[in-house]
Parts: sequence; structure tokens; C-alpha cells
Amino acid sequence: MVSAPRGSFAAGAPGVPGQPSAPAERHHVLTVLVENKAGVLARVAGLFSRRGFNIFSLAVAPTDDDRFSRITIVVDVESAPLEQIVNQLDKLVNVVTISELAPSDAVQRELLLATVAAAPAARSQVIQLVGVFGGEVVDVGADRLTVMLAGPPDKLDGFEGLLETYDVLDLQRTGRVALRKIDVPPQARRRLVPVETG
Amino acid sequence: MKLTGAQALIKSLEMEGVEVMFGLPGGAILPVYDPILSSSIRHVLVRHEQGAGHMAEGYAMATGRPGVAMVTSGPGATNIVTPLSNAYMDSTPLVVISGQVPTGSIGTDAFQECDITGVTMGITKHNWLVTSAQDIPEVVASAFHLATTGRPGPVLVDVPKDVSFEEMEWHWPESLDLPGYRLPGAPARADVEHAVALMASARRPVLYVGGGVLKARAAEALRALAERTGFPVVTTLMARGAFPDSHPQCLGMPGMHGNYTAVTALQRADLLVALGARFDDRVTGRVDAFAPGAKVVHVDIDAAELHKVRRADVAITGDCKVVIEALSEAAAPVFGEGDPAARLGPWWEQLRRWQHEVPLHYEHSDGPPIKPQMVVETLRDLSPADTIVVSGVGQHQMWASQYWRFDHPYTWVNSGGAGTMGFAVPAAVGAKVGRPERTVWAIDGDGCFQMTAQELVTAAAERIPVKVAILNNAYLGMVRQWQEMFYGERYSEVYLSPDLPDYVKWAEAMGAVGLRAESPEEVAPAIEKANAVDDRPVVVDFRTDAFEKVFPMVPAGASNDEIVVHPEQSERADAERLAWERQMAERQW
Repeated sequence: MVSAPRGSFAAGAPGVPGQPSAPAERHHVLTVLVENKAGVLARVAGLFSRRGFNIFSLAVAPTDDDRFSRITIVVDVESAPLEQIVNQLDKLVNVVTISELAPSDAVQRELLLATVAAAPAARSQVIQLVGVFGGEVVDVGADRLTVMLAGPPDKLDGFEGLLETYDVLDLQRTGRVALRKIDVPPQARRRLVPVETG
Repeated sequence: MKLTGAQALIKSLEMEGVEVMFGLPGGAILPVYDPILSSSIRHVLVRHEQGAGHMAEGYAMATGRPGVAMVTSGPGATNIVTPLSNAYMDSTPLVVISGQVPTGSIGTDAFQECDITGVTMGITKHNWLVTSAQDIPEVVASAFHLATTGRPGPVLVDVPKDVSFEEMEWHWPESLDLPGYRLPGAPARADVEHAVALMASARRPVLYVGGGVLKARAAEALRALAERTGFPVVTTLMARGAFPDSHPQCLGMPGMHGNYTAVTALQRADLLVALGARFDDRVTGRVDAFAPGAKVVHVDIDAAELHKVRRADVAITGDCKVVIEALSEAAAPVFGEGDPAARLGPWWEQLRRWQHEVPLHYEHSDGPPIKPQMVVETLRDLSPADTIVVSGVGQHQMWASQYWRFDHPYTWVNSGGAGTMGFAVPAAVGAKVGRPERTVWAIDGDGCFQMTAQELVTAAAERIPVKVAILNNAYLGMVRQWQEMFYGERYSEVYLSPDLPDYVKWAEAMGAVGLRAESPEEVAPAIEKANAVDDRPVVVDFRTDAFEKVFPMVPAGASNDEIVVHPEQSERADAERLAWERQMAERQW
């Protein structure tokens, strides 16, 4: 694990290590409801790689209905028109629904864990920084600390940048999850015609 | 009723109305081969699993019914990867059943183990690894539903050996649990009206017809729309036969080796009505220079094709037959009665002029070697009009598409998107199995023939009397053509030899009739002899001119404006280009 600061990027995607999160308009959040079946993640990831679409981050977990899982994909829409990504994704038989969330329409959260070398002199500064951001110290050793921060991705970017001042030994971000803001009306994913279940 | 998984699998295929399947047994699929002995399904034993896949494709393309193939695990399954990829590119309904090592051995690198669902994920519409015999009927029913509905395509069902042995309680599903699979409904009225409004105001329209029209069984609907509107029609390589070549409104095939008029009509159009076509690079040439002045109405059952390559002004997701009928109906009051083509007088005048000035052309020859185009023309003239023509990939394929006259749908079976050499022989066998009453001619190249010829053994053993015309120019001809035109005549690894192998002896060794024609006067007699054989396969080795090139040709990556015609026609093509530019400068359009 390298300790250089970077934006969250997904395994397998040709992301750019060492680069902070790209401007928000390049990114779009797709929340994809899939059948909870073997190989579904491989189908989704495989579609992105073979069609040359870039995944910026990806998070998967079961939903409250155990027949389905939700995949939250942040896509780099400069790699392909969003419409084409959505339409190709929609052709996967195990993909049930897709909603697009513009960053401004979504509540987005991500979690960051970092282990920082903190000699006694620097320790209180790190703890203070964590406190300012509302994070937590989750593990303490003789000369290092592991800290945790959950929040919107840009807050994590800011925290990560300031943490660089210290010696970051290890850092991990989860990739974001998102839900539609309550006051934004739900919009069915774009379809060109009405559909019936086949 | 208790059945084993294997019995349930065969019974499920019977429930789906399968009459024939193509395959080759092996270890992991052995249990499934046992109940075939007592099944009504005919099994055609192939000599290589690739043959099974292409036969199933040929069967599907000729009949419209899904093709079924069965193979064992590991190499059996990987040998059918090429047909799956081919069927995926050409949207052919194909159901492949593969054996798999027992579930307990999966992931252990067991003998003949291969993760075939992983391998084929990107080249199937969907695939399944069955983990319980109880699931078999629903998986098979889902497999056929997916293969044949919406945009058709290949599916694969992988069945571990222990699942085949496992006992299950027989049941046939009344409904399928496919919450993520939806089919488009009727088109929105506003979209149809918008499309018709564009059609009514177009002065240089073209109906750009792709293979989706054939998949939707919409040839008759298309004809009605074409005749109502008077629009010219081009049929892509995948749509040959969707509109009769002998119809006065048919301009033939566009694209890299399309005829001058079809290519130029698309290029100069002010409206393209794309029906079940996907703006493939072989049709568009350089995309940003394709049909620069045209608005686009795009109809496809696959929403992902809309706006994928070319932004459409009106995009309609839907079944081609349904949408074409809706367009026809909406066009009726707008286009009215009378001669619709009269509205497009100047356009038709221009199109007729191009047809007259720059028709398909080759230099005829009285002596050997034989001109390959002449073989296709003679075959066409001496065979029944509803003959099914099957081809491989390369020069012979283009000549077959250019010089045959396709007047009936489902009479042209070829490998389009994937460009699979070796497709012709097995696909012809499959087409003949599906349409035994038809004459089936494979027009093949010598390079292609050598890839899959062993399936003529299958054809001879099973009494499937297909006919194969080898346009034998002793070269990988299309590659040779590119090396001549674009690599400074540096011929690298393209020479094959005209008589190694000896195709006549090879044909005879495989139980077929072998014939040879070396000069033009031998062509017709050889074809007549071949057409008279109806109890076994026939192979005719036509010794053709190695220097012949396919014209016209749009060089790869070039604009369709840079179409290269036969050298004897280039002055006339240049004159037509200048005349068009003058017309545009004078704002005649």
C-alpha cells in the first residue's frame, strides 16, 4: 500500500493514482439495483472494461431485500456518453433498475481510514486535525495512529490533503454510496419509450 | 415425476420445440447424451465443435428458429467460443449447452475444466452455470426466451456433470423470473409523427435497412413502407434479401464494398431512415464524414444502438415490424395516393444517373483463369431463385453479395460483424438441415474452406446435400488485395497454392462429389452437374483469377466520398463527383 495521497479509484479501472478527485462534473453517480446472483459484479465490471468506460469508484452491498444488491458506481462521463453507459448497463439481464444521480441531487458519503506516523510531538496535531473534521481516532500505537473520517467525498479530499503534511503510512477509501436527496423528485431512468416486462 | 438433470434438460429442449441440435459428446456432457437416444430431437454429430456452433447459426438464419448446439467442457466449450462471438455480433438466436466438471471440482483446475461462463460473458446475451438440477427447466426456458426475444442473440447454459446426474422433480415453469429483462412496447405516437414529418419534407431520403428488419420478420412491412413513400432502399450486408434486389427502388448494398450508387446515395442524402441498422464502421466509413447533410431517423429494438455512433434526430426503440407498420400508417395520409416516387423526381433522376454511369463492373475474360464474379453470376442464373446462399469472409463474400440477386428474405447466410473465416461450410449444413427443400450453395474462398471443410464429412454421413463453390484464387484474397493496394504490393504470408490441397480428391475423400472448372466455358457445365446431385454434398473447385480485386472499395478509415471504383470507371466517378459539387454550389438542392 502506497502512502501517497490520491483520489478514490476503483480496482481494475484505469484511474490515475496520485491525482485528487477530478472535478465533480466529470463524475456521475449510478445506483444500480442488481439481482443478488453469482457473477453479477463480474458482469458489470466486465461491461465497463470491454466497452472502454471508466469506473471512478464502486461500492456493492446487499439491500434490505436479500434478492437484490445495490451497486453504486461513480462513472467518469468523459470516457463515454452517460446515456450509452446506462443503455449498455440496462442490457445486462441481472440489472433491474438504474438511477442516475447528479452530484447536486444526491446525498453522498464515503469513508476513509488512514494510518499516520505520529511521534509524540506531532500526535496532538493529528488528533486536533481529526477533531476539526469530525473524524475519530480508531487505533493507537506507540508511534502511529489510525484515524477514520466519514463524509462527503470533497470533505475527505480536503482532509486527505491536510493529512499529507504528516507521514501517511497507509490509506484506504471505500468509494462512495449515494441516495437521492429527499426533496428531489425521483425520476425514472431515462427511457426512450415506455416498457413492459418481458 | 422424478427425472435426472440430464433427462430434464433434454425434456426441456423438447418443450421448447427443438427438432434438431448439433453437437459432439465428451466426458462432462456424457450423462446428457444418454437420454438423446430416446428423444424426438435429431442430433447431428459434428467433427469439430466450431462446426456445431456455425451449423446452429446457419439453421437459425435460414429458419428464424433458435439454433441449438451441445458440447462438452473445456476444449469442447472453448471451440464454440467463435460461433458465440459470431452470433453475438450478428444477433443470431443460439442456445449452447455445455458440460462442466462436477460442482465439487470447479475451481480446482480439474481435467477439461474451463470457466466457460467467464470466458463467454462478453459474447453472450446471458449465460448460466446451473447449480441444481431443479433449476434446469427454468434456466432452459429463460435461455430460449432471451435468445429469441428483443434483440436476439446467443446464450450459454453450463451444466456440471453432477447436476446432470442429480434427481429432480419435473416441472415446467409457467412464468420466468427475469426482473431485469424488459422488451420495448409500441413506439410513442409523437416520435412516429416526428419521423413522418421529416420523411415528408425530405428531398433526398434513403431507407437504410439493416439485419434487424430480417430479425423482426418485417420484409413485407418494409416493402409496404418503401412503396408508400417511394424512397430508395439500401440493404446492408446483414439485410440482403430484406428488400428484393429486382425491385426498382432497391439500390443494393452500401458500405466498404457497396456499389457506387448505394454508397453515394447515403453520402448525399438529406434524410436517412435507419431501420434495424447500427451504423457499423463497414457502412459509414469515417464516421464524422458519413452522410454529412443527413438528418437521421433511427429505429432499433436495442436502445443502446440509438445515438451510439450517430446522433439521431428521431430515435425510436422498438421492434422493426411494429415501428415500420406504424410509420406506414402515419405516412398514408401524408404521402397520399398516386405515384409517391414522383415527389422525388430529381433525386431518382440523380440515382438512375449514378446507376447508369457507375454500375458494378468487372473485366470479362474468355480464357482462363475464370473471373470470380462470373462464377457468382452463372451460379445465380442456373440455380433456383430461392436458393440459400452461404458465404465465409473475404473477397468471395463480397462478390457473392454484390452479384447474387437476392429477391427473397432469409436466402443469404453470412458472417457479418465478426467476419469469421470458415463460417460457410458448417453454416450451409445447418441451413440445409433447417430448409431441406431448398438448394443451398456455399460460395466459399479457398482459405475459408480449409478452416472448416471437415464438416462435409458430417454432411456426407448425415445425407445433407449442400453444395460448395470454392472461388479458388490460391490466396487469402482480401488480405492480398489490401497488401497490393495499401502495403506497396508487399505480399506477406498470403499465398496458399491452387492445388495443395487437391480439392477434388479432398471432397471425394469426405464422401462428397468433387468437380473442377478451370476455364470460363467449364463453369456452367460444372454448376449444372452440381445442381443435379441431391444425395450428397458437392464441391466445385473454380480456378479463379488471383489478381481480381473487389470494387468499389472505400479504404479503411477513409470517408465514403473517397470510394475507389474499378479503374475503368474512375473518370466517370470523378465526373459525377464534380457534377454533384456544381449542383450544390448552384444550390440546385
